Amino acid sequence: MFTTLARIIKYGFQNFWRNGLVSFATILVLLLAVIVFQGMMLFGEIGRQAINAVQDKIDISVYFVSNAPEDEILKLKEALLTLSEVKSVDYISKEEALELFRERHADDPTISQAIEELEENPLRASLNIKAQDPNQYSLIAGFLEGDASQNIIQEVSYSQNQVVIDRLAKVLSLSRRIGVLLTLVCATVAIIISFNTILLAIYSNKEEIAIMRLVGASNAFIRGPYIIVGIVYGIIAVLAAMIIMAPFIYAASPYISVFITDMNLWGFFLGSFFKFLGYNLLFGVGIGVISSVIVIRKYLEI
Amino acid sequence: MITFSNVSKTYNNHEVLRDISFKIEPKEFVSLVGRSGAGKSTLVRLLIGEDKPTKGRIVFGPYEINKLQGHELPEVRRRMGIIFQDFKLLPKKTAYENVVFAMEVAGRSEEDIDEAAPQSLELVGLGKKMRNYVHELSGGERQRVAIARAMVNQPDVIIADEPTGNLDPVNTWGIINLLLKINELGTTVVLATHNKDIVNQLEHRVISLDDGMVIRDEDKGKYILT
Repeated sequence: MFTTLARIIKYGFQNFWRNGLVSFATILVLLLAVIVFQGMMLFGEIGRQAINAVQDKIDISVYFVSNAPEDEILKLKEALLTLSEVKSVDYISKEEALELFRERHADDPTISQAIEELEENPLRASLNIKAQDPNQYSLIAGFLEGDASQNIIQEVSYSQNQVVIDRLAKVLSLSRRIGVLLTLVCATVAIIISFNTILLAIYSNKEEIAIMRLVGASNAFIRGPYIIVGIVYGIIAVLAAMIIMAPFIYAASPYISVFITDMNLWGFFLGSFFKFLGYNLLFGVGIGVISSVIVIRKYLEI
Repeated sequence: MITFSNVSKTYNNHEVLRDISFKIEPKEFVSLVGRSGAGKSTLVRLLIGEDKPTKGRIVFGPYEINKLQGHELPEVRRRMGIIFQDFKLLPKKTAYENVVFAMEVAGRSEEDIDEAAPQSLELVGLGKKMRNYVHELSGGERQRVAIARAMVNQPDVIIADEPTGNLDPVNTWGIINLLLKINELGTTVVLATHNKDIVNQLEHRVISLDDGMVIRDEDKGKYILT
C-alpha cells in the first residue's frame, strides 16, 4: 500500500516535470483563477467594512422634554436594550449635549457667546439608538410610539429621516446581493477556465493513459499521479498568487483607509493570513484535484 | 489456457467475427493469419478485454474475459504480455522506465525490479540503451523494449498483434526469434500477422481467418487463405 502510494507520488512529480510547458500553462491559468478568488475575498471584506461604516452612521435619536426625569429616560434605555433589533443605545444628558455643542462650535465666537448669555440650558437630553440592521429602524420607532414613556418624548428623528433611512437600507441590501452574485459569477468563470485547461492537459496524455491500461495499471495507479499533479498545480498557483498580491495589498491599503476610515486592508491580510491561505489552498487545490478526477474518469471508462 | 467458444462481434450491423471457436493450450506458439480486415485485430482486442463480444464466451485461465468488469481487467492484463505494431511505449519515459512501469503496476518489489528490469532489457539486446528515451530508439529497438516489458512479469501468454508490421526484414526476424525464445522458455505465444514468410518458416500451429471466420486451423500449418 505504502509502496504503491510512493510510486504514485513519484509518477506525479515525474509527469509534472516532464510536461513542463503544459504544467506552466496550467499553473498560469490557475494562478489567474486564484487571483480572481483572492480579489473577491478582499473586495468582499472592503464591501463589508464599507457597509458597516455607512450603517454606523445611521441611527435614530429620541429627544426628551426639558423636564423629563433622568431615571425614566434610563428606564427607557434599559427597555430598548432588551430588544433583539437594538445594537446599542447611548444616553446623552442635557449637560453632555451642551458640552458637545460647545466643542462643536468652539471656533464660532457668535454661537459660543450666544449660548453663554442664555441662563438656562436650551438643549434636550436624548437617546441615540443603533439597530442591528438598517431595516429594523421602523420596528424600533414603532416600539417607541407604543411605549408608556410617550409623555416624556418630545421628538423621534426617525419620522423626519424615514425616507432616507429606508432608501439606504434598500441600497445596502442590494449591494450585498450584488456582491454575492458577482462572487458566484467570478468563481464560476474561474472554475470553468481552470477545468478546461486541466482537461486539455490530460487530453494530451490520453494515449499514455490507454497504454497504462494495456500494461495492467489499476485505475488508482493511473488516476493517482494526475491527482498529485493537480495538487502541485494548486499549491504553486496559490503561493505565486500570494506573493504577487501582497505588495498590491500593501500599496492599496492607505488609499482604502481614506475612503473607509476604520479599514486597514494590510492589517486584515496579515491578521487573517493563515485563514486567507487556507481558503485559497482549498480553492486552488480543490479545482486542480476535482478537475483531474472528473477528466481522468472519462478515460478510465471501458 | 485460452478458449474461444462461438464468439461473434458485430459493429454497426456488420459482423466482423462470426462464430469463432478454438482452444490454445499452454506453451503453444500459435499464428493467427489473415488478410487486412479478416478480423485478427478484433480477435486480439476481445482476448485482451479491450472490447466485448456480441455473442460467445472467451476464457483465459481462470477468467471469463467477456464477463469481466472494468476494474477487474488490470489483474488479467498483468498475466498477459501484449505487443503491438505501433509499440505502445510511454513516450516520456526511458526504455528502462517503460519496463519498470509494468513491474510497478504489478506490485513487484524494488529488489525484484532492480534485478529483473535490466535482465529483461539485456535479454532483448538493449542493455546499453536502457537509459535512452523512446524517441532516441529505432523502430526495431522500440519493439524490443515492448517485448522486454511484455515478458518482464513472466506472463502466462504473450499476445503480439502485427509486431513486425513497422520493421525491416532484419529487425523482423530479430523480433520473431525473440518470441520463439520466449516460447521455448515455456510461455504461450499468440502471434497475429499477415506476413506469409514468417508463418511459412515457423512451422507452428496456424489459425487462418477470412471474412471474420476461421477457415483453417492446422498444426505446422502454412499461410494459405484460399
